[in-house]
Amino acid sequence: MPMRWWPLLNEIWVLFRKDLLQELRSKAALNAIFLFALVTLTAVSYSIGSFNVAPDMLAALLWIVIVFSGLSAFAHIFLKEEEAQTADTLKLIARPTTIFLAKWAFNVLLLTLMLLFTVPLFIGAFNFTVYHPGLLILTLLLGDIGLATAGTIIAVLIARAARRGALFSVLSFPVLLPVMIIAISATKIAFRADPTDLFISEITAMLSFDIVLLTASLLLFEFIWND
Amino acid sequence: MHNTNVKNNLALAGKALLYIILNLVILGAYFYAPLAKGLKEYTRVLYFHVPSAWITVLAFLIAAVLSGMYLRTRTMLWDAYAAAANQLGILFCLITTVTGAMWAKASWGAYWNWDPRQTSIFILLLIYAAYFALRSAVENEQDRARLSAVYALLAFITVPFFIFVVPRIYESLHPDPLINSDAKVKMNSQMLQVFLTSLGVFTALFLYMLNMKMRLIRLDEKIMENEEEYE
Repeated sequence: MPMRWWPLLNEIWVLFRKDLLQELRSKAALNAIFLFALVTLTAVSYSIGSFNVAPDMLAALLWIVIVFSGLSAFAHIFLKEEEAQTADTLKLIARPTTIFLAKWAFNVLLLTLMLLFTVPLFIGAFNFTVYHPGLLILTLLLGDIGLATAGTIIAVLIARAARRGALFSVLSFPVLLPVMIIAISATKIAFRADPTDLFISEITAMLSFDIVLLTASLLLFEFIWND
Repeated sequence: MHNTNVKNNLALAGKALLYIILNLVILGAYFYAPLAKGLKEYTRVLYFHVPSAWITVLAFLIAAVLSGMYLRTRTMLWDAYAAAANQLGILFCLITTVTGAMWAKASWGAYWNWDPRQTSIFILLLIYAAYFALRSAVENEQDRARLSAVYALLAFITVPFFIFVVPRIYESLHPDPLINSDAKVKMNSQMLQVFLTSLGVFTALFLYMLNMKMRLIRLDEKIMENEEEYE
């Protein structure tokens, strides 16, 4: 049977809108991620003080802020279904693939909003020039997708486990570390005034990792979701 | 009866052979293999460090395959096997990390300096540890098997990145691995003999240990079944 795209997209949209509405009413995840980003940024910025920091260092600091803020918000996405006991209803009304994609889209949106808020603030706080803004945006976008994918699949893994908070960080760290490592080195290039020949290989590595991770997550999600 | 006797004798001979060759490899590494030009005595760690690194990845691969088998068949036995493979994997991962750190102290002057190779082996260690952290956090047996199988597979897709991609993107001081970009083996024949024997015999040792663990798991299961029958 050929895949029908329209109903699939429609289903994803309905589920995505449900999460969005829920979020707009409670604003729990939004508040958490924005405040967490602000707190991490303050901690980093304050401890560095007025030292002149090299671009390489700034790239690493930026991704530390991003990754830790993301980790604080992702864990909640499936947990809230378990807590509200709506997970079983969700299983009845939608296919696993659509559920995963809807949750994933929500996480991507959440992280993108956080990036729109954090990155300008970060650049302002450390008062430096980004030499290649286009490259930075591309890196952030691919990193965003990678982090959201890893966050979504790990979130469903831990929704049933005990001691979730600590477990989420422990489990997701090895999976999203490749994203972080490549993103840091790509961001270094974007922050420097030097030529950007090496950027292509970094971006290819990141893109391929994103694709592999998303495909694997889509395939594996069904095994966790249906029991 | 005769058949089991032959089988037992074969197993005994195999174990004896494994024991003898393992000792030969240790002796060979110190007394038979010559030192290549410019290399110091401490490079002999190579005969133990590289095979353990190889087994770390092999154990992880086997655990991923076994996890896949579990998800396919939903037989608890596969899950127990996968956990056993990972337990051995974490052991060899520790050996690799420690021998590597010892070598680094002798060669680079510090036990640890976040060389890309050191980073990747450390991340592997973290993945293994996270796998067992997940297992201990889930109470329900079926849930535990399912979740840890998915995690093993998910983590496994990051392994090629750490082993093959990251150390090649970033400059590393680590000596070229056997599968290097020039596709050349930088060892003379005597070194190669010892090295390949070591690789083979370590793999055999690992498979033997894994087999032993699997037998224990099966025996455990039988005992449980019998106990249930008596009740």
